[in-house]
Amino acid sequence: MLSWRLKLRNILEEKTLKDKKLKTQLASREKLYGKSAKTAAKIEKWLLPAEAGYLETDGLEKTWRVKQTDIANEVDLLSSRNQYDIVLPDFGPYKLDFTASGRHMIAGGRKGHLALVDMMSMNLIKEIQVKETVRDVAFLHNEQFFAAAQKKYAYIYGRDGTELHCLKERGPVARLRFLKNHFLLASVNKSGQLHYQDVTYGGMVASIRTGKGRTDVMEVNPYNGVVALGHSGGTVTMWKPTSQAPLVQMQCHPGPVSSVAFHPNGHLMATSGKERKLKIWDLRKFEEIQTIHGFHAKTLSFSQKGLLAAGTGSFVQILGDSSGSSSSHNYSRYMNHSMVKGYQIEKLMFRPYEDVIGIGHSMGWSSILIPGSGEPNFDSWVANPFETSKQRREKEVHLLLDKLPPETIMLDPSKIGAMKPSRRKEKPSRGEIEAEKEVAIEAAKSTELKKKTKGRNKPSKRTKKKKEMVENAKRTFPEQGHNNTASKKRRIGEDAAAELPASLKRFARKN
Amino acid sequence: MKIKTLSRSVDEYTRERSQDLQRVFHNFDPSLRPMEKAVEYKRALTAAKLEKIFARPFVGAMDGHRDGVSCMAKNPNYLKGIFSASMDGDIRLWDISSRRTVCQFPGHQGAVRGLTVSTDGNVLVSCGTDCTVRLWKVPRPTLEDSSVSSENFIEPAAEYVWKNAFWAVDHQFEGDLFATAGAQLEIWNHNRASPVQSFQWGTDSVISVRFNPGEPDILATSASDRSITIYDLRMSSAARRIIMMTKTNSIAWNPMEPMNLTAANEDGSCYSFDGRKMDEAKCVHKDHVSAVMDIDFSPTGREFVTGSYDRSVRIFPYNGGHSREIYHTKRMQRVFCVKYSCDATYVLSGSDDTNLRLWKAKASEQLGVILPREQKKHEYNEAVKNRYKHLPEVKRIVRHRHLPKPIYKALGIIRTVNDSKRRKEDRRRAHSAPGTIVTKPLRQRRIIKEVE
Repeated sequence: MLSWRLKLRNILEEKTLKDKKLKTQLASREKLYGKSAKTAAKIEKWLLPAEAGYLETDGLEKTWRVKQTDIANEVDLLSSRNQYDIVLPDFGPYKLDFTASGRHMIAGGRKGHLALVDMMSMNLIKEIQVKETVRDVAFLHNEQFFAAAQKKYAYIYGRDGTELHCLKERGPVARLRFLKNHFLLASVNKSGQLHYQDVTYGGMVASIRTGKGRTDVMEVNPYNGVVALGHSGGTVTMWKPTSQAPLVQMQCHPGPVSSVAFHPNGHLMATSGKERKLKIWDLRKFEEIQTIHGFHAKTLSFSQKGLLAAGTGSFVQILGDSSGSSSSHNYSRYMNHSMVKGYQIEKLMFRPYEDVIGIGHSMGWSSILIPGSGEPNFDSWVANPFETSKQRREKEVHLLLDKLPPETIMLDPSKIGAMKPSRRKEKPSRGEIEAEKEVAIEAAKSTELKKKTKGRNKPSKRTKKKKEMVENAKRTFPEQGHNNTASKKRRIGEDAAAELPASLKRFARKN
Repeated sequence: MKIKTLSRSVDEYTRERSQDLQRVFHNFDPSLRPMEKAVEYKRALTAAKLEKIFARPFVGAMDGHRDGVSCMAKNPNYLKGIFSASMDGDIRLWDISSRRTVCQFPGHQGAVRGLTVSTDGNVLVSCGTDCTVRLWKVPRPTLEDSSVSSENFIEPAAEYVWKNAFWAVDHQFEGDLFATAGAQLEIWNHNRASPVQSFQWGTDSVISVRFNPGEPDILATSASDRSITIYDLRMSSAARRIIMMTKTNSIAWNPMEPMNLTAANEDGSCYSFDGRKMDEAKCVHKDHVSAVMDIDFSPTGREFVTGSYDRSVRIFPYNGGHSREIYHTKRMQRVFCVKYSCDATYVLSGSDDTNLRLWKAKASEQLGVILPREQKKHEYNEAVKNRYKHLPEVKRIVRHRHLPKPIYKALGIIRTVNDSKRRKEDRRRAHSAPGTIVTKPLRQRRIIKEVE
């Protein structure tokens, strides 16, 4: 918004606007924007109740040497309750998902265990055993509904564990993600097909054959709703439901892509490949900003404040942006955490609005504290962790009213409501065409012909060649205005016998 | 080593008692709200659709007259009442909320052509084709009157007979004088039986008259020789005068900008003038298909309502070229008079089919007491719809009005005629030496000359 405010100010200052009404309207709008920016800044300064967490070390101590036990000693009781390990060795590696407010979590074990937990009271709301493999879990718009990708099909369950829908069209699903603003459930299945389904009425909006083979790396960019798939050839492709071809194809890694993650502002993407490199990309220029060597990250996640978590084996590394500015990014080690040797990390996910990261691993799930990762101030109308049931119901209705159609998914969402640049070039005027013609004729006249030998350099032939070149130059500029009338006259004369009715035949031109 | 993590205590973020309001928190950071513009556009579309769903402008009709309604007058002191007069001499005072006649003022022998009320609301002046001007005492409304359904008949307080039929009457805003339009423009005092002052120019009759709300001594008249004249009572002759191509049926001054006046013309358009500089119209309001019969400004000065011979009532913005709203019914025939109510909520139209109709000024407005949250939501919907109303989907919904078939076809014909005129003009200009053909803008074209 800042860039087009500058444009607006330039237009007003340049005095090119002759329309007085438009000028006054734009000036008053400019004033309104200034006022609203000032009030927003004031609110930010005085009215935000909480401040972000931090971890500051003094002297030579490094932040990544700080262990979770040290943090637990320094921090208050309420936060230390967020550090725990839930050991469930029988049900396989666990995948997690949080609701948008961070209050509820769904954990799905590979061997069929689904558990819906209220994170604030650590209350297990419902757990069910579906008795078949569960490959992924995802919440729909709130904690009342969640989807599980099971052995043959994907299913949607209600809050009390009842199976509501069986999504047969998709086939065996490898990954499930929900696009909040559009109410679309996106999934990629074992043959690499991408499906988008609108969960409000159940219609399949798009099923796209990606043509790149089987993949189970799929992430959604929260900024513009674009789905990114990582393939075994090292490419990352981005898709939208209204087109069969990918929006972007980027060659990110020489080997297969293990995982992809998006920064909430939509400009940064982190990818990791099997060749043990982690790359950070700028999505505005599609350029690589940074490469981090050393470990093969099986799972990646960005927090609301921009911290990147990478998990390999039983080791979690958190990277933070050490440069303050938004244009240059420099991710370096911030914290580490190594779990018990046998635990294989399956999924990492930062919990929204809290300084906590949830780790789903082969022996259950854990949660550790990462100071400075969560957004301290939530907006009650966007996501409220302290929601009452009445507020939840009202919010659902408002979300449905604001549901966006799938056509609004595009790489640059700020284009909606903006002016489309005029595609057609303006026709040049007669004077301009004449001028161009003169220039072309001059150029043709001044070209130097090659001097031919062996009797082929006759002056008559030279002048003939020069004339030909000038004629060619003139031919590219057709005669102005003579065409239509000549063709009209010709038309009447030619079609005389055939098309004119009998009474008018005497007026046909006899040529 | 300093460590701090986010920890929110439940008490700070939830309410203490169930009688309290829920606590809400704001964070206007745009990164928390992805795809803001798309959501806003969707809300604009929904707002436009909802507005059309709730657009029910017709409130009711007031039935009682036995001949077409020729003129109306509103009492500035009493919002609920409206005076109306018909072509057979019947004058009535209506109570708008119950839509019933409160009392009648019988007496006129022929059609009543003009009605006006003095600013303090006590005296009603009426004039008609029977060459009389009658003054009536307006009954004070009391609690008893509204409950009792009796129809009172009131005797005139004074009756002045004159030489010619009258066409219009208007009362001064602060003072005792009122002006009548007939063969000449005459200024009367309440207590005198003959005019105090009279103005004449040429031999044509004066059709309408209107006093300026800001300057009590200035008035505008229109005559059947297609002229609009501004008189000052302190001088003995006209202050300004212009002659147009077609005659003006009615004039209204803008109550918020008293130097501007708008004239309802016979050619279907309304012309807004600055009273100080009459050689060029400030704005031409074109949308009516047939002659515009009456015009009245809203008390906010931002819009005006017009009634036309083509059986429709339109509401125009004060500076816009096209109407924002059209009201029509199968039963409403030629509209002869319109009034905007003094609280800017309703529009009244009196038509040839003997009915007065009450319409809402904003068709989708919710009447009655509105909670502050509802009010905020309405304002938000209005604002977001205005932000995106130029985009094709939203524009199509906002612009859509059902027009009766005769008006729709007539508009099409007018458009074709204007297009062909403009095309011919362009071709004439293209085939002649540049600068020889000069087109006057429409604002000046319809004015023939300014005469002093």
